[in-house]
Amino acid sequence: MFEIKSKKCLNPTVTMMDIYAPNVAKKAKPGQFIILRVDSTGERIPLTIAGRDIDDGTVKIIFQIAGRTTFSLNQLNEGDFISDFVGPLGNPTKLDGFKKVCIVGGGVGCAIALPVAQQLYKNGCEVHSIIGFRNKDLVILEDEFKSVSSKLTLMTDDGSAGRKGVVTQPLKEAIDQGESYDEVIAIGPLVMMKFVAATTKPYNIKTTVSMNPIMIDGTGMCGGCRLTVGGETKFACVDGPDFDGFEVDFDEAMKRGSMYKDFERHAYDEQCNLFKKEVK
Amino acid sequence: MANLSPVKQPMLLLNAEMRAETFEEVALGYSETEAVKEAERCLHCKNMPCVSGCPVSIQIPDFIKMITENNYEGAYQKIAEASALPAVCGRVCPQERQCEKNCVRGIKGEAVAIGRLERFVADYHNNHAVDHRKPVPSNGHKVAVIGSGPSGLTCAGELRRMGYDVTVFEALHIAGGVLVYGIPEFRLPKRTVQKEIDGLLKMGVKIETNTVIGKTFTINELMNEQGFDAVFVGSGAGLPKFMKIPGENLRGVYSANEFLTRINLMKAYQADSSTPIMHPGKTIVVGGGNVAMDAARCARRLGSHVTVVYRRTKNELPARKEEVEHAVEEGIEFSFLTNPVKINGDENSSAVSVTCQKMELSEADASGRARPVPVPHSDFDIEADVVIMALGTSPNPLIKSTTEGLETQKWGGIVADETGATSIPGVFAGGDAVTGAATVILAMGAGKTAAKAIDEYIKSK
Repeated sequence: MFEIKSKKCLNPTVTMMDIYAPNVAKKAKPGQFIILRVDSTGERIPLTIAGRDIDDGTVKIIFQIAGRTTFSLNQLNEGDFISDFVGPLGNPTKLDGFKKVCIVGGGVGCAIALPVAQQLYKNGCEVHSIIGFRNKDLVILEDEFKSVSSKLTLMTDDGSAGRKGVVTQPLKEAIDQGESYDEVIAIGPLVMMKFVAATTKPYNIKTTVSMNPIMIDGTGMCGGCRLTVGGETKFACVDGPDFDGFEVDFDEAMKRGSMYKDFERHAYDEQCNLFKKEVK
Repeated sequence: MANLSPVKQPMLLLNAEMRAETFEEVALGYSETEAVKEAERCLHCKNMPCVSGCPVSIQIPDFIKMITENNYEGAYQKIAEASALPAVCGRVCPQERQCEKNCVRGIKGEAVAIGRLERFVADYHNNHAVDHRKPVPSNGHKVAVIGSGPSGLTCAGELRRMGYDVTVFEALHIAGGVLVYGIPEFRLPKRTVQKEIDGLLKMGVKIETNTVIGKTFTINELMNEQGFDAVFVGSGAGLPKFMKIPGENLRGVYSANEFLTRINLMKAYQADSSTPIMHPGKTIVVGGGNVAMDAARCARRLGSHVTVVYRRTKNELPARKEEVEHAVEEGIEFSFLTNPVKINGDENSSAVSVTCQKMELSEADASGRARPVPVPHSDFDIEADVVIMALGTSPNPLIKSTTEGLETQKWGGIVADETGATSIPGVFAGGDAVTGAATVILAMGAGKTAAKAIDEYIKSK
């Protein structure tokens, strides 16, 4: 069992938790993920690590309440326990040897992009961050990004905070204005990463994306997380989760990602209804 | 007086129609009367050919004799001297290729049903005996076992019995390895596996779940920071193979590992499980091994029409005969001499059919089996919304990629000598991680051999 040491709602749909898992905390590096199970009938879901504290022995996770599992996880509070928590899985993001990097984060993906930005900053790299959200109520981690970025651009779809528009606009502008990035790291919804890669491709700026597909074990056993990268099948869990954004077949990944959408929707509605009954 | 019946005492099976709707165990086991009757078919040959066919050398005629004397607990203890998992092996061992293959009764009729008798004895013990096992005192030496499948559990049990302080590390949230994620409930009830694991815990074996060696800890850390004197790697062959044909990443295409894991480990077929699984109308399983049969029979139980597609003929099927028979009884169809070349999808990228080509058998290949070659212009489509690839697995790369100095074969298997010793002193390996996908009993044999070698290694240090 793994204790929830702290819980904080970042916005109405995104929650941050610190989970006591000292062995995982000791090893975790930016870009790696964990797999958790809330209870004994729970599903195994992968979540990218959003931070760690070796002294406290905790691992930070930030998740969007999107399905049955994240809904029940969000029902738990400080001092509660989840049944399983394993990691760190996958390969860390490569962060050495860069002088200037642009980090592009979208929605809850910003939670994963932050430790990457922080590590780059620590390494002495100049970090430009572009973070995008649907509206101002959903903005998370703005201050945290600010403290490690020499340039931060906040975007919202409706213009209720920062600039109105999508993250690829300021990215393209910066490149056109002559910013020379060693790399662009994009972490967010598949469609965002697809368009970031499409934006940087004409300039041939190395673009790394972080994939978060459906998986069960996270150790290469099930093959559920397979993607087509450069025409070859890769397993996100052991070959990734970071891949060359120019090579990933995003359309296929989006289709595969929605394989259980109906099941998820149904289960989520059922649980929400159940919850409504309980609070009455 | 020996029972001279040329055929085995039949074992009661769950009705085939009922089976399509339930994951309950299919083979129901012998009653006492049936077991004694079958045991009396044994001729107690002096040279014991059956024992030489057993990878862990169970003293078969001895335990069978005890059954005829109604000494079932004695029979259990006799088996337990050699095997750590009798209830498991009695169910899933390919006896027809091992002990029973050598049985003298098999020359003019059917072999003695050694597997069924082993199962009877183990179940009798599990249902009646009180486990008085107590942990033997620790000898002060720590051994780490990586993986809680058949080789790891056997190695752990053997070492604990010798007094070693044994910790088993398991990546998943439950111990048992392939016995829990791979082999379905209807062939090997999970309570049976749990009982065997409980026995090990009672002996004092420690099991750490949710720990991925190579990620959470490395082998180097186990030996140099955590004080383990030796390590046994029994990480299995978990990486699924695909055919590399177009359409393999469509929605509805699974590796057998994923499909079986969702069902067996995550219980996706039960209403209270949060793990989703597609409920197919029509399923195609590609492959002809035991895993293919397991996947096909699971899909059938989810309510699907199932076709197993195999590129050779019925005679070359690598699956156990009994499993194939059970599959046929349950209404599973077979399309032999058939090889998929493409999976076709609809506008949502969901699989709708598989284009196959007809094959014919040519001369034998390196494996000694007739080589299938395509018949030109023989393409045809089979409808399917779920396609399961059961083509075998290769060893998990996590240990290899994180353990410096560990020699591996080109195909990923760990290089180990006949005792299990690897290229790193103190690191031993066995089971599918060394041999590639094989059987439960061979993995157990390797675990047992390695335990002996580990004992010698630590004593000689």
